[in-house]
Amino acid sequence: MSKKKFALYLGCTVPVRAQNYELSARLIAKHFGIELVDIPSFTCCGFPIKSVDQRSSLVMAARNLALAEKQGLDMVTLCTACTGTQVEANHQLKHDVKKLAQVNEILKKEDLEYKGTVNVRHFARVLYEDIGIERIKQEVKVDLQSLPVAAHPGCHFFKPSEAFENFDDPENPHVYDDLINATGARSNPYSERELCCGGAILGIRVDVAYAMAGKKLASIKDSGSEAMILICPFCNVMYEQNQKKIEKELEQKFAMPCIYYTQLLGLALGYTPDELGFKINRVKPTKILERIGAVSEKPAG
Amino acid sequence: MNENQDAEAVDEVTKAKEPKVIKFDELDPNFKYEIQAEPSGEFITRCYACGTCTASCPVRSIEETFNPRRIIHMALLGMKEQVLASEFVWLCSTCYACHERCPQDVRITEMMNALKNLAVKNGYIHPAFTAQIDLIQGHGRLYEADAFVNKKRAKIELPELTESPDPIKTIFKATGLYLYSSEAKEAGSASTDADAGATTKPEGSKDE
Ligand code: SF4
Ligand code: SF4
Repeated sequence: MSKKKFALYLGCTVPVRAQNYELSARLIAKHFGIELVDIPSFTCCGFPIKSVDQRSSLVMAARNLALAEKQGLDMVTLCTACTGTQVEANHQLKHDVKKLAQVNEILKKEDLEYKGTVNVRHFARVLYEDIGIERIKQEVKVDLQSLPVAAHPGCHFFKPSEAFENFDDPENPHVYDDLINATGARSNPYSERELCCGGAILGIRVDVAYAMAGKKLASIKDSGSEAMILICPFCNVMYEQNQKKIEKELEQKFAMPCIYYTQLLGLALGYTPDELGFKINRVKPTKILERIGAVSEKPAG
Repeated sequence: MNENQDAEAVDEVTKAKEPKVIKFDELDPNFKYEIQAEPSGEFITRCYACGTCTASCPVRSIEETFNPRRIIHMALLGMKEQVLASEFVWLCSTCYACHERCPQDVRITEMMNALKNLAVKNGYIHPAFTAQIDLIQGHGRLYEADAFVNKKRAKIELPELTESPDPIKTIFKATGLYLYSSEAKEAGSASTDADAGATTKPEGSKDE
């Protein structure tokens, strides 16, 4: 099996507000022989700036692509919002030589140039495409007992579909469900599956953003799922970090654990909750951990 | 979609905005060309008003004043001020549901960015974004990588996080976005090397 090596693009949110995700993702990468290279000079992908000036946002994304290219590496992302921004920028730059030239005109000031050779994929997509469902299944050591969970990869995991080369069907996506099912948990359908987290408008209209996130949490609760499985720290801000406020606002109780996919997979592979950063999870999935027999510390010796 | 929707749309507009009735001589027929000149604005004239976007929109299902088809219709009519000065122009959550379904490939999600970019140029930047420009320009990232964060990271053996604000400032100066930062406003200067085709200029800024 050839060794896979990528530039790890952490983005702004993961390393500060989702360290459980980062920790577990690094562990999963190591488990499957994926080498992740940190590039400390990476900067914001430009997602927040798109609304203000798309030109600046494009240059910001291109700068990160150029830094990865300089090291001869493809880029792996953890945040779904970063994924969308980097993938779309890359798509534009690969298909529009004029835009690429304009961007490089600015990057030149920092002695950088983007040639358009980098590939950008979300870490979950890399697991799906390069490791594969069969291999993941083979490695599973702990029975997750068909635990019913709600899949929420985030809109920008596969949309806009043309920028993502249609690797998943935008109307009937299955890649993320296959990944969840491979762990031994079960991706449990729910009515508001399509619904966006609303994170992008949290700073504009908090009531609308909360209503969107609350609608989804309620639908998941109704479906009988015991946790929500995420791969985006931005979505997590809505569903986990703001869950208490949303419960108060909507006068509903969800108590819905939000677990990163890399944490779920890590449990199936036999890693301990501590190794996977579960101490950082705010809505504790205590019942789930007990049921599958996951203990905080590995017994000594 | 029902046939009354345009009537409803006009109704909502009149409720939201003075004057009560659209005056056709106050419409700006060039507005659609302005939008088309922005990145991702080019396909707005393809819209045939089917309403698929509105039917797919998760924001619309919660907040009635946000209606992508209506926004496009208003823009095509030339209701420049009513669109750019509105709150609804900022309400797209960028979910791409409409983008995937639009039969005319209007590329609505990105087109919404073109509208927001134009709102900014016309002096209507949403304060939430001014704060983000400052953060990103000052730290190279949306959240500071300060000692507190790095202490937490070190505890769980994650590598140290650093900040690279200088390259971002260089980019913002080149595109003109720098002028919207608090730093630029405080300095009161409008000096940039905005030679890279950028046209952004905050309301009231002095010309170079
Ligand atoms: S779906 Fe496309 S064509 Fe239909 S109203 Fe919306 S933008 Fe216009
Ligand atoms: S991308 Fe924006 S306009 Fe389109 S459906 Fe989503 S929230 Fe509505």
